[in-house]
Amino acid sequence: MKKILAKVYIWILLIILYAPLVFIAVCSFTESRVLGSWSGFSFKLYQNLLTGIMPGEASLIDAVDNTLFIALISAVLSTLLGTVAAIGIYNLKGKYRKAVLFANNIPMINPDIITGVSLFLLFVFLHFSQGMVTVILAHVTFGTPYVVLSVMPRLQQMNPNIYEAALDLGATPFQALRKVLIPELRPGMASGFILAFTMSLDDFAVTFFTRGTVGLDTLSTYIYTDARKGGLTPELRPLMTIIFLVILVLLLVINIRKEKQAKKLQYIKK
Amino acid sequence: MSKRSSWSIPYVVFLVLFVVLPLVLVLMYAFQDGTGHFTLKNIGKFFTDKDALSTFAVSVEVALENTAICILLGYPAAWILSNKKYNRSAVTIILFIMPMWINALMRTLATAQLFTMLGISLGKGTLLFGMVYDYLPFMIYPIYNVLNKMDKSYAEAAVDLGATPWKAFWKVTVPLSMPGVMSGVLMVFMPTVSTFAISEFLTNNKIKLFGTIIQENINSSAWNYGAALAFIMLIIIGLTSLLSKDKEQAEGALI
Repeated sequence: MKKILAKVYIWILLIILYAPLVFIAVCSFTESRVLGSWSGFSFKLYQNLLTGIMPGEASLIDAVDNTLFIALISAVLSTLLGTVAAIGIYNLKGKYRKAVLFANNIPMINPDIITGVSLFLLFVFLHFSQGMVTVILAHVTFGTPYVVLSVMPRLQQMNPNIYEAALDLGATPFQALRKVLIPELRPGMASGFILAFTMSLDDFAVTFFTRGTVGLDTLSTYIYTDARKGGLTPELRPLMTIIFLVILVLLLVINIRKEKQAKKLQYIKK
Repeated sequence: MSKRSSWSIPYVVFLVLFVVLPLVLVLMYAFQDGTGHFTLKNIGKFFTDKDALSTFAVSVEVALENTAICILLGYPAAWILSNKKYNRSAVTIILFIMPMWINALMRTLATAQLFTMLGISLGKGTLLFGMVYDYLPFMIYPIYNVLNKMDKSYAEAAVDLGATPWKAFWKVTVPLSMPGVMSGVLMVFMPTVSTFAISEFLTNNKIKLFGTIIQENINSSAWNYGAALAFIMLIIIGLTSLLSKDKEQAEGALI
């Protein structure tokens, strides 16, 4: 009885959580310009989106391109900066280390709007014209702390003697870095990269304040402007449905594989 | 490897330029008038601006209610998910955090549209529902993590020593899971106060939250007043994170 109640509770929450997403997915299969009205089943919106031929709304494709470009570049930069920083911070001591880690936490604790407004004031103060470059710098600012915090535990787990041994055996510091240190840190770098990438994809507030007035749009700012104008571009529905399915499949595959591996390990141990 | 400490230098420079300096600028703009002279007028303006004050009160109220509802709904969910008797698969927890990966604005717009379709008029109720909808995963996940890692034998020991399961839950499991609840509160409360756009979409522009007036002032080039409002928000962030830190340490001391 208790078990059934628990299951029912979880399922009710999940149904409510997914209702709007399913709603968008269902509405992506009709041509109606208004979200929520049904004018018969059709693949027209998918066709428009995939061919890029959209009645008067070509800028949606640009927004998607910008979103991916910004996420990719800023995640790569965050990973490089964050990994080097983590190695440095790991070797720092005492107060100095605490101070750097504290500053590293600030962008994670601050609400997006504070990060956005403060960076906006910085660029205004420095007379730096805002556009793609400032948006990428801003995304590196909130992405790097996640990389630092993902890489640090790997450094703590690592045996420092391995690196020293490589040097003793004649490796140059660069070789030791490439052949010993980086492979050890790679899982941390990967999860840091993924975090930075998804934070960037999802960001609205920081982009909103740092994109300037040159007409640069990411998916988030595009949706915001679109919704304020009134009607949402109908092609957003198939786009969201595709994103939703890709993420769902990715997450499920990754986790089912993880679970299987864990079970295998258990079996071997027995 | 100690020479490697110099590797932190590029990031330290970056942090000073893009994290510390911007916050100093918020402070500077907040205490300056348009010509760059020191003034307390911007901060004073907030305390005499009826509109801003009532927006602030509404924001804190909505954020408190949202946080409370998220705990009430999220704690049982996290507990069920972490309990092997009810849930054996990690996939269910993935289903709960999955919606976080979908664009929040799009989800919010869809929620608002669903309400309109069902004939529910947009206002305070729909705002709260939408906020809970947006932030519930952020509450469930940290609580789930703490409960999942918790040593179950503490609660079992309490039962063995004569406590009822209910008492063991309240006296052992709940106190031990407080750090998770605290990080959930941090992840729900402040973001609710500071959101903009989401509240307008969910209430058809009827209810504004604090984030919105910051955005409006910055966008209409009232940088000094906007910075003053951001400064007030920074103080609240400082206070809430201090409070939660103290709590956590106190909890830790009890254990």
